[in-house]
Amino acid sequence: MSTLLSDPVDLALPEPSNVLRCFQLDRRTFLKVFGGGLLVCLTDGHALAQEAGGGFGGRQQVPTAVSAWLHIGADCKVSIFTGKVEIGQNIRTSLAQLVAEELMVPFDSVTMVMGDTDLVPYDMGTFGSQSTPQMGPRLRSMAAAARQALIQMAAKQWGVDASSLTTSDGKVTNSIGGQSITYGQLTRGEQIVTAVSSTSPLTPAKDWKVAGTAIPKVNGREFVTGKHKYPSDISLPGMMFGKVLRATGFNATLVSVDTSAAEKMPGVKLVRDGDFIGVVAPDAYMAEQAIAAIQAKWTVPSQPSNKNIFEYLKNTPESVRGGGRPTASVQPAAVAVAQSSDSQAIELAQSYTVQYIAHAPLEPRAAVAQWDSSGKLTVWTGTQRPFGVKDELVAAFHLDPSKVRVLQPDMGSGYGGKHTGETAIEAARLAKAAGQPVRLVWTREEEFTWAYFRPAGLMELNASVQRDGTLVSWEHHNYNSGNAGLETPYIVSRPVTAYHPSRSPLRQASYRALASTANHFARESFMDELAHAIAMDPLAFRRKNITDPRLMAVLNAAADKFGWAASKSTPTRGFGMACGMEKGGHVATCAEVAIDPTAKTVKIVRVVSAWESGAIVNPDGLRNQNMGAIVQGIGGALFEAIQFSDGRILNPHFESYRLPRFSDGPVVEIVLIDRKDITSAGAGETGLVGIAPAIGNAIFAATGSRLRDMPMTPDAPVPGITASSFTT
Amino acid sequence: MSDFVLNINGAKLKFSAPADETLLSVLRNRLDLTGTKYGCGEGECGACTVLMDGQAVHSCQTQVADAVGKKITTIEGLEQNGKLTVVQQAFLDVGAFQCAYCTSGMILRATALLQDLPNPSEAQIKTRMNGNICRCGTYPRIVAAVQQASHIMAKGGAR
Repeated sequence: MSTLLSDPVDLALPEPSNVLRCFQLDRRTFLKVFGGGLLVCLTDGHALAQEAGGGFGGRQQVPTAVSAWLHIGADCKVSIFTGKVEIGQNIRTSLAQLVAEELMVPFDSVTMVMGDTDLVPYDMGTFGSQSTPQMGPRLRSMAAAARQALIQMAAKQWGVDASSLTTSDGKVTNSIGGQSITYGQLTRGEQIVTAVSSTSPLTPAKDWKVAGTAIPKVNGREFVTGKHKYPSDISLPGMMFGKVLRATGFNATLVSVDTSAAEKMPGVKLVRDGDFIGVVAPDAYMAEQAIAAIQAKWTVPSQPSNKNIFEYLKNTPESVRGGGRPTASVQPAAVAVAQSSDSQAIELAQSYTVQYIAHAPLEPRAAVAQWDSSGKLTVWTGTQRPFGVKDELVAAFHLDPSKVRVLQPDMGSGYGGKHTGETAIEAARLAKAAGQPVRLVWTREEEFTWAYFRPAGLMELNASVQRDGTLVSWEHHNYNSGNAGLETPYIVSRPVTAYHPSRSPLRQASYRALASTANHFARESFMDELAHAIAMDPLAFRRKNITDPRLMAVLNAAADKFGWAASKSTPTRGFGMACGMEKGGHVATCAEVAIDPTAKTVKIVRVVSAWESGAIVNPDGLRNQNMGAIVQGIGGALFEAIQFSDGRILNPHFESYRLPRFSDGPVVEIVLIDRKDITSAGAGETGLVGIAPAIGNAIFAATGSRLRDMPMTPDAPVPGITASSFTT
Repeated sequence: MSDFVLNINGAKLKFSAPADETLLSVLRNRLDLTGTKYGCGEGECGACTVLMDGQAVHSCQTQVADAVGKKITTIEGLEQNGKLTVVQQAFLDVGAFQCAYCTSGMILRATALLQDLPNPSEAQIKTRMNGNICRCGTYPRIVAAVQQASHIMAKGGAR
């Protein structure tokens, strides 16, 4: 159950392969699922040469190297099948827009089938801001090629040259003869499977009519009426309710257990398999009573706590990775340093830290598992990696992959926190023992304790800068939290950056924006410190050292909208800024804070964040993502921290782990830059990275107190963080 | 286990449950009214908010026995004959959600708020809604949706 996660950085790597695995769509399945029509599979060029035009007349299998498919039925309905999942980032809507654009069909005719491992091609998962830049072009290519295939079908049917045919609104029209036929009519009564390559020409973003517009969330009405079924809402006939006994700490050993009271409860079934102990009951209330009635004794070894955590991380390298700290990598000089006439350089060195924090998705982990009479396991669960969870289930129960199906209903978010299948495995274990479907929903305390965390990190930076703002040297080390966002975007000769993996005392993995938040907090705070050290305006200092035009553009846009030039900090009002770029997203964030010097409190008054990630697919969704990132980022910036000691989480409740609330919310203004000439990048993550340093820099500008530890103003002291003169 | 009849969304629903089971558990696990969400079980997040005689309450902090005789409204009970309430429509129009797991509770909390204060200030909205968490951070849009609903109601929009 406590399988260690792979390193968070690995999870952020681009997909190495988009090849269909463990999946064969045969004729029977095709007919069963679709009842005929046209099925278009997106495959690579090599497979296409072999498979193109191969319908089921001659072949029983579709190509096996498929990354998505598209079905058009006689009713003109278009279904797109993809392994990406909707977790609140609005990808269900924006991908459908891209398909409607290239296929030239009404937006409402497109339905996205997502995250069902029996119906969709293999996909590694939904993370790393990859859905828009990777799946987007694939779906566009497939739709464009499907449109060409439909034109060919119409040309053949009418006996005319395809060059005279045009498409719009789901129809093929003969511009010469005037005939018109809907896609549905073309495919009616057919059972055609065709493969297309991903090389079809695409509609340039400047010509988009459906993509690029603010189409509302496709199934929004389901959510405001409570009709949408989230993973924790799934109900099956005969379904029972499960609970799992939890240890009193991490790495605990079960010493003794008395389950007799629980076993006497009516309808309760006890499930024991090694140290895994769970109960299944006919109702949720009884399941809770039964698990509470189990008396277990555990021994928990002594383990690190927040106190001294950063020393621990620095001095405890991840031995798996080669038995010691890697040597710092030295980058080649990217840009020659301009020699300043003023050779007197100022040197600075500082350390910054971030604590472990929790994703705290409002819907905790949940799964409903069902075994059918053939031994096939079906699990509905909240996950960003349906195929990853399927693999875990295959391994855990020694099943043939064809015997496991994972479905991911649009879920109560994840933020990088739902990559793993522990709840699915637990529910399946309980359901197998019960002989009935079982629903398992983790409690908030379980989610806070037994999920995984955003890594804590120590960042050590040093640099020297000349009085004219020229950076002479730059060094940035990250201990434990990761290398995302580690490279500096500023001009400096031979910057040294290094990520030093540590053996984390807590289970840690991906969190929205990964280590980019920590590394930007450190770098952008440090840039502010350097600017103050040479008495240079922080905006001017950044401008002097930025060459990337896209980063410069968001910085200027944010500064202009914010009114940076006129923002003069006072002891009760501070203004700060930060910027950065990662995964194709470019962000600059300015913050205004109000300070109560007596009460030593900080109130964020106003935030302006400028964003650019290429051509905008849906401006409303993009604005929403960026606004949400700012609000979520306030939590980690100011007050979120997991408190732990000896393998126990000390604040596993919303009462003691404070999340951003309405009252914390500043005015948030998002400035979007639409670069129609640049391929769309993902936007779910990088918008988060600027807010913490912008706030910290604003607090410094007002108070002269530099806060180098996130969270900067926790409600309760975090052991190991030295309270600043401002916050004590 | 005791037999109960609760007035939920205008219907009398019969079921058996222990008297100290929470209303949230009954709604979700016995009556399959899953629009009401579990977020923390401790009255700290508001995802489980329902209306009891018009007042917004945490159904996770309400024992089923205490709900007897009360008029209970859940998210499923707002839409009438296919027509959304002004508040539901405002959330939809503003796009005041991302994952939308908090939305049921937000809409019910906002519904109660607007019954008490038909024309709330932004500060009043933030104060009254502060017990409801949106982890996706859509608070500014939720405030805008409540304001929009308030304006439409002031112009005579239904409910």
